[in-house]
Amino acid sequence: MAKPKVAFYWCASCGGCEETVVDLNEDILKVVEAVDIVFWPVALDYKKKDIEVMKDGDIAVSFINGAVRLKEQEEMVKLLRVKSGLVVAFGSCAHLGGIPGLANFWTKNAIFERVYKGVPSVANAEGIFPKEKLTIDVGELTLPEFYDTVKTLDQTISVDYYLPGCPPPPDLIMNAVNAILKNELPEKGSVLAPEKSLCDTCPRAEKKPEKISMKDIKRPHEIIPDPEKCFLEEGLICLGPATRSGCGERCINANMPCRGCMGPTREVIDQGAKALSAIASILGIEDEEKMTEEEVKELLDKIVDPAGTFYRFSLPSSLLRRKALSE
Amino acid sequence: MLMLCCDMGTALQRRWIGMGRSSKMADSNNAVQKFEPKIVCFFCKWCTYAGADLAGTSRIEYLPNGIPIRVMCSSRVDPEHILWAFKKGADGVFVGGCHPGDCHYQNGNYKTRRRLFLLKKVVEDFGISPDRLRLEWISASEGRKFAHVMNEFIEQVRALGPLRIGGNHG
Repeated sequence: MAKPKVAFYWCASCGGCEETVVDLNEDILKVVEAVDIVFWPVALDYKKKDIEVMKDGDIAVSFINGAVRLKEQEEMVKLLRVKSGLVVAFGSCAHLGGIPGLANFWTKNAIFERVYKGVPSVANAEGIFPKEKLTIDVGELTLPEFYDTVKTLDQTISVDYYLPGCPPPPDLIMNAVNAILKNELPEKGSVLAPEKSLCDTCPRAEKKPEKISMKDIKRPHEIIPDPEKCFLEEGLICLGPATRSGCGERCINANMPCRGCMGPTREVIDQGAKALSAIASILGIEDEEKMTEEEVKELLDKIVDPAGTFYRFSLPSSLLRRKALSE
Repeated sequence: MLMLCCDMGTALQRRWIGMGRSSKMADSNNAVQKFEPKIVCFFCKWCTYAGADLAGTSRIEYLPNGIPIRVMCSSRVDPEHILWAFKKGADGVFVGGCHPGDCHYQNGNYKTRRRLFLLKKVVEDFGISPDRLRLEWISASEGRKFAHVMNEFIEQVRALGPLRIGGNHG
């Protein structure tokens, strides 16, 4: 029997999701034994035309990482959708928009102005910006269109499963691969990770006081946190209360608070709003009755870039998705 | 649950109009171009909703642009609900609760206060003016304050114009 065909593709991402496939270590040999990798731009020299000649649905599963920001990415994922039985959104950027999705707090013009002109290390007196088409003596050069809005994978094509995380942890990948090979997949649209919140599985949960109170706001570079205490208690913003578990608590074990890469739990629509709500609930709770409005505002002002902090990985998948273009 | 809120909103709106419809509405209908903002209002059952009732039974006139949703406590209003309201076409969102110290559940309104102050900063990054979001403490006896604050907020949002959120992919 022919081995099932598998494709990997990357869109707007950093390459960490490719790295995590390699991080499977010896397990990758089991994967390669069981499947036939037909497309993987980072590692194998197959081209778009090799996919185009395939029959529809010929690829058993495509693992696609990265958000959709360019027209080229949109074209490629639409092609892979047609040629694949299953599409798995792989990693935070494909799942929620991820770090590249933070660009949705800006517009295309603002980004171009900054990157190609405003940055102090850029000299661009002529104001030359990337063009989609340029004719020179040897012919026409083209670049894909840069969209105003970063989209998640499921805002572009229909997605069967999600593997969350920045990058997805190897054990979740192996579980997913095994489930696909054994045809033991859950309901379509599921996130292939535990349903609990990170606080539920946090190694520091045992020492957590009954009532957490954040007296002040601290940033990770300002203090060395106690390796056993809850980060929130120490004043560090940790998105554990609003984030799905399953990451293996990698950040927590490295003494860094959670930044929310696994996305929200199933019941939550807008991870940023939930994180905001959780932090605001416990910040300054001890003296809340004595504090004046001004003191409350002063305390909240200590949160640097609240929107970027709470929506760090999830802006394109949030309710509002991006900055309004009008006001 | 959010869908339920919307249905509840529509149902309450009908009752609302019967309760304290203002004659100013008729005047504003004559000016065809005048923008009528949609304001989603979350009122706590114990104070602000009772204050709204008092305004109605006292026959105090105020602008009818608010769509009231009664909640048990202002702290039941999740920032998600507010963003959802903006997404679904609200031009402004009003949250009314008990005065500090008067919360029926002891400290719910303190949480609301912090959440709303923080949310005001966040919506600004979404390109939504924080003036479209208002938090007020209105007690059951403050019918007059209720009418005054509603009028003031509705006019403030009217001046800001319709909210257009989102954007194109292009």
